Amino acid sequence: MPTVNVELRNVTKRFGDFVAVDNVSLQIHEGEFFSLLGPSGCGKTTNLRMIAGFELPSEGEIYLKGHPVGQLPPFKRNVNTVFQNYALFPHMTVAENVGFGLEMKKLSKSEINQRVNETLDLVRLPNLGSRKPRQLSGGQQQRVALARAIVNRPDVLLLDEPLSALDLKLRKTMQFELKELQRQLGITFIFVTHDQEESMTMSDRIAVMDHGHVLQVGAPTDIYEQPNSRFVADFIGETNFLPCKVTGRENGLATVVVGDKIKLQAACEPNVAAGDEASLIIRPEKINIHTEQQSNGQNHTVLPGEIVEKVYIGTDTRFAVKLMDGSVVNVRHQNMSMNDPVTQVNNNETVFVSWQTAAARVLTS
Amino acid sequence: MGKRRSVYLSFLLGPGAFWLLMFFVIPSLLVVVYSFMERSSSGGVIWNFSLEAYTKLFAFDPDSLFVNDFVVIFLRSFWWAILTTVACLLIGYPLAFYIAQQKPFTRTVMLFMVMIPFWTNFLVRTYAWKFILNNNGLINTFLSELSLPRVPLINTPTAVLIGLVYGSLPFMVLPLYASIEKFDYTLVEAGQDLGANYFRIFTRVFLPLTMPGVAAGCILVFIPAVGQYVVPTILGGGKVSMLGNLLAQQFGAALNWPFGSAIAVIFMILLMAGVLIYFTVEREEEAI
Repeated sequence: MPTVNVELRNVTKRFGDFVAVDNVSLQIHEGEFFSLLGPSGCGKTTNLRMIAGFELPSEGEIYLKGHPVGQLPPFKRNVNTVFQNYALFPHMTVAENVGFGLEMKKLSKSEINQRVNETLDLVRLPNLGSRKPRQLSGGQQQRVALARAIVNRPDVLLLDEPLSALDLKLRKTMQFELKELQRQLGITFIFVTHDQEESMTMSDRIAVMDHGHVLQVGAPTDIYEQPNSRFVADFIGETNFLPCKVTGRENGLATVVVGDKIKLQAACEPNVAAGDEASLIIRPEKINIHTEQQSNGQNHTVLPGEIVEKVYIGTDTRFAVKLMDGSVVNVRHQNMSMNDPVTQVNNNETVFVSWQTAAARVLTS
Repeated sequence: MGKRRSVYLSFLLGPGAFWLLMFFVIPSLLVVVYSFMERSSSGGVIWNFSLEAYTKLFAFDPDSLFVNDFVVIFLRSFWWAILTTVACLLIGYPLAFYIAQQKPFTRTVMLFMVMIPFWTNFLVRTYAWKFILNNNGLINTFLSELSLPRVPLINTPTAVLIGLVYGSLPFMVLPLYASIEKFDYTLVEAGQDLGANYFRIFTRVFLPLTMPGVAAGCILVFIPAVGQYVVPTILGGGKVSMLGNLLAQQFGAALNWPFGSAIAVIFMILLMAGVLIYFTVEREEEAI
């Protein structure tokens, strides 16, 4: 069992009548890169602010290394934050900004200097200590904000959408650097983002939030391959949703009817039962397209359909295929070779789509 | 292009430049010139070069507290202006801070209340203070109702200071409010996050970043306060005189225009030196 670093136990935060965080329990492990992912207003930032101490929970308790800290002011928690707008002190130099936390801890001048320089080297900003923040580029300011936080060696580093102000290219670089830095330092990172791709590439585990609730916690592959709700499936990546009705289940597979013609099997959550109105979800890249009828092999679902749209996007070709019942599924076909007959098919032509039975999932919530 | 540009510039700068020339530059030069002339006992000057005014201003008087009574008045004026500025800062900073914390509507109402006194003539408002501070005024009537001893207020330095602080306070509050209102409160969170308590956040973050407002407020309060005439005349009863009174006296009753001009010149030089130093320091900080 990994050591728990931060724990939220039944935490609720209300602002007047508005419930920003609703009875959330989370365990974040020592040395983990943990993301809070969700759309704006889902409560992810409020969660982070409660861990930092800027908001106090209305109910529940927050534990840091086993000690309750929920009601402590921020300056009494060994936690540091990288703010969305960086919140660098504009009247101080870079070195003064980075050294501020150590100065508050009343460390000696020489030790402060040494640690500030080490940390500026670590974030690859050597020799910029005497500049003022406004003389730096956005990416450099970002690094200063990071240095200012990690120089204090916090138990946990909180990052509130730190990359959202950067342009795409710089953002990719910073994602990589952040991840690398976290590996080097071994500090627990809690990273708030609304960017699912960002959280997938960086995180050890992700908590997906919506309307103040944590819907699912897991590794990126768990979240992507086995979403437990329509919201998670929809928020992370691209998904086909087919409304269906559950007619039975056995061996962890549900039998469903899509429309009133198509009967098929798919993986399902334990709470799915016969008679449920549900959604069948299948990712576009998990669907194969064939020009010839395939044998309906074991563990495979094969359905005929008609191409209604075809878009060539270089690496892939995207097809929209209309199934027998009239519902449309999006398919991503990788362009391995232009001799591939699938790349030659045109609108209104009949094709066959297939996927592994377990790749499709039935969700009721 | 050159012609259009000059038409454009004279359109923008012309009226202001004309105004400044007519009512600031020429009169100021006139004052400088007068200060080097001979006194005419009927007012005005006799057009003969003379340093008499300046020698009088700096003449040593063994009976005076410091150099001579004129220098004492200079020092007193500056000292009272400093006291006024400090008092305005101590009252104005918390007030401006409080106003900046309010909801937009309350904020507007409170700022409006700070500015309301400007609607009434300053002279009238200062007379109102006379009725409050008089020996039979509001305060003393109240004290005697409570069977407490009366306190002499009117015609004392205290009365002058009260009047100066009262009149100057809005000029401190408004620039302070403007800079406090611009303050980014995530910096307070950043400070707390880095282990600073509220006191240290105030001294290391909040105060340095609202310093431009403090400086602007101090300049706006200090400069007019040094040369105040109405307040020391009405609330000081002429007993406690400041530079303004001395100046008025020279151009009025004493009919010594060169001497009055010399006082004005020295006064201008001192203030301009102060402001120049301030802006130089400010610019250097900007440049860092």
